[in-house]
Amino acid sequence: MREILYNDIVDKVAEICISANYQLGEDVINALKKSRQKEDSPTGQAILDQLIENATISKDGIFPLCQDTGFSVFFVNIGQDVQIKGGLLNDAISEGVKKGYTDGYLRKSIVIDPIKRVNTKDNTPPIIWTDIVPGDKLRITIAPKGGGSENMSEVAMLKPADGAEGIKNFVIDKVSRSGGNPCPPIVVGVGIGGTFEKVAWLAKKSLLRDIGDRNPDPYYADMELELLEKINKLGIGPQGLGGRTTALDVHVEVFPCHIATMPAAVNIQCHAARHKTVTL
Amino acid sequence: MSEIIKLTTPLDDAQVEKCHAGDNVLITGPIYTARDAAHKKLVDLLSANKELPIDLKGHLVYYVGPSPARPGQAIGSAGPTTSYRMDPYAPEILKAGSKGMIGKGEMGASVTEALMKYKGVYLAAVGGAAALIAKSIKNSKVVAYEELGAEAIRILEVENFPAIVAQDCHGNNIFKEGREKYEITA
Repeated sequence: MREILYNDIVDKVAEICISANYQLGEDVINALKKSRQKEDSPTGQAILDQLIENATISKDGIFPLCQDTGFSVFFVNIGQDVQIKGGLLNDAISEGVKKGYTDGYLRKSIVIDPIKRVNTKDNTPPIIWTDIVPGDKLRITIAPKGGGSENMSEVAMLKPADGAEGIKNFVIDKVSRSGGNPCPPIVVGVGIGGTFEKVAWLAKKSLLRDIGDRNPDPYYADMELELLEKINKLGIGPQGLGGRTTALDVHVEVFPCHIATMPAAVNIQCHAARHKTVTL
Repeated sequence: MSEIIKLTTPLDDAQVEKCHAGDNVLITGPIYTARDAAHKKLVDLLSANKELPIDLKGHLVYYVGPSPARPGQAIGSAGPTTSYRMDPYAPEILKAGSKGMIGKGEMGASVTEALMKYKGVYLAAVGGAAALIAKSIKNSKVVAYEELGAEAIRILEVENFPAIVAQDCHGNNIFKEGREKYEITA
């Protein structure tokens, strides 16, 4: 067994909370620059320029990329030969969030109860998805998720008869109805298969992929590109004010499903497609 | 692109009428911030015929919940939040004297009607350009509902705050017009 100290996890989690919110990934910056070259709308061009400049300002570490520094969503791979010493893993991640969001001057956006709506004041609790994997490493990824784009997400329990066309229509219709609300240009996460809860998780997980990373199955890689092309014909454009750049990418993740079902989910990510990983 | 319109707050009818959907504007002067929780409180007071903690007359309401300010900074990052969530409240706020709002995403038909009726303008700021926008905010002070944290009502002093006229007092809507212009149907 390899021992990993509780306090080391706290410190590393705090670091990635901060870096995710101040440093936009190169993949996203490059995608924004490429879209800028292809954008025909003058307003759209101006908005893409502002977003590129925004990422440059944010990198200095004074102002986060977006004031909505998100719900702290974690995907954690725990090597089965790892032992956490000094406390529980979930507590360490939670303490890291509290430290990162305080030290990093990040917004505290979580209310303790959906109806009573009192702020927890430290952005806890985080949402933690764990997976046990071979080896003796602990790999932690944070994907801070903003509320505006999360609100434009949806699960649909389609019929097997709806087939690929049913899935594609559901995704395009969802993006179309979302318009400018989720801060386009967006990244569209799509889950297909599994169960009601698994499909939403797949859509979320797909957003961890870098822009331009395709599904390894050529069938779904083609579906991603087809959806991207169709979405960018909708005309929604940057911020919904009209243009060619509605989405930067579409990611599809698939899982086996029941003979009676065809679950589908769309999880929309704004252009601040943030994620950072640390391995201990 | 049309020339940039300079707006100085608080606004009067003439300034609002000058704004047409698609125009670029730069805002200078005081603006109030309020989002979901503060709007509910304000509209509850209006329904009960009670006095508001702020004077809305001529003012723009910016839908924002900024991140905390670092020492020496007026504010943290401060981009717009999604406006449709304020659809149930916006007509009441306009009726109470406000001349418009700043946010992101399309607002509903009831808001368009209220903008025409009360002569208001809905300005879109660039969602996610929060660090860039923060640079145009020179001062920030909480003036009501401090207990709401990021959702408290602040008065901001802004200088050349960049926005685009999204829905105007003449009934135009850039979200519809812009999209139609760039949609490829074939």
